[in-house]
Amino acid sequence: MWPKEFDYVRASSVDDAIQQTSDNTDAKILAGGHSLLPAMKLRLSEPGKLVDISRLADLKGISANGTLSIGAMSTHAEIAASADVQQYCASLATACGMVGDHQVRNFGTLGGNIAHADPASDPPTVLVAAGATIHIKRSRGERSVSAEDFFIDLFTTDLEDGEVITRIEVPNLSGHKAAYVKMPHPASRYAIVGVAVILEMDGDTCKSARVAVGGATVSAMRASGAESALSGSSLDDAALNAAASAVQSDISDALMGDVSYPESYRQAMSGVYLKRAVKAALG
Amino acid sequence: MKVSMTVNGKGVERDVEPRMLLVHFLREELDMTGTKIGCDTSQCGACTVHLDGKALKSCTMLAVQADGADITTIEGLANGDLHVMQESFWENHGLQCGYCTPGMIMSTTALVQDNPNMSEGEIRHQLEGNLCRCTGYHNIVKAVQQASEKMGGGD
Repeated sequence: MWPKEFDYVRASSVDDAIQQTSDNTDAKILAGGHSLLPAMKLRLSEPGKLVDISRLADLKGISANGTLSIGAMSTHAEIAASADVQQYCASLATACGMVGDHQVRNFGTLGGNIAHADPASDPPTVLVAAGATIHIKRSRGERSVSAEDFFIDLFTTDLEDGEVITRIEVPNLSGHKAAYVKMPHPASRYAIVGVAVILEMDGDTCKSARVAVGGATVSAMRASGAESALSGSSLDDAALNAAASAVQSDISDALMGDVSYPESYRQAMSGVYLKRAVKAALG
Repeated sequence: MKVSMTVNGKGVERDVEPRMLLVHFLREELDMTGTKIGCDTSQCGACTVHLDGKALKSCTMLAVQADGADITTIEGLANGDLHVMQESFWENHGLQCGYCTPGMIMSTTALVQDNPNMSEGEIRHQLEGNLCRCTGYHNIVKAVQQASEKMGGGD
């Protein structure tokens, strides 16, 4: 399949990419292209110009220095294999290792993934639970937004024309118990429901919890009711049942479904997978 | 737009439309039809080639994105007669109609180069990016296991 005609330019710098997309609202940033090109081939997206940022060295590299900093053009394969990511936020390595297949992970990038904001993709759910920060550059300077506020709706983010995601910052969660589990679609392996939990433990007591849900919802989102139900508990069956019930309320206004997996089913499964995520986190 | 790259060790240069996919560049500009188009939606893996040593679905990259890259296709994989992976597919009858086979071989060669000690389960899991509609995968898995041993694994 051939996409519709477009102009292609390779950005010489992040500022160049910002300028090229600010002047032309018909232009789109091209990262690894593993979400954008399939959409263009199906003519779901028909940009008049692609501005390729995949080779910009400023947007590459992963470093861990108090917090984890992941260049937006890091590939899923690089993130999944990174010792720094595994130490600071192992669930993110897990989630990036679940994206697509090994060919896709070699070229798809985290920056491209979150800009695309597919609700059934795995990394956004972990980024929301982890309290990650998205760093963005624009002509007026830089800004940052929490992952929680970045993902707004189906394929919709806080990103505006003329803005480029430069890096994703993740707190050091190495002292926490965390997990990401999902019910994969049997054919596509996208998440029908994906749940990420990050637990701060004090002995057998959960001091605080962060919970995020994706797949079942129009975008990755935090589940604050489930967080409250887990926090302060010993994560016993009563607490897990309360959290499983709370997560279903948390996501009730944002559910999506299809003929095979309707909203009510995904909502019910969010509770099941929340319990599984907590159990997986505790090992 | 001018693009130049190395394909199977040989430098090539063409003037192409930006919208031309790498798989079309290989098949239509270079007449190298060993790389197949199956689903054309980034799922089946029949179009898998190596770009700078990494397995890539060539239907999911523009030729202009691959400018300057080092590409290996099924035609250039063997250094001589047949690559170990090709031999193993042959010996284990890891194919029926053969349409997915170039992609299977390019994909699994890259996988085994990265990790020659994959378990059977890991091989089955990692084959998720390549679809075969004939064999049921059993002989493909056997072929990859045999090639892994010959390519340095199994210890």
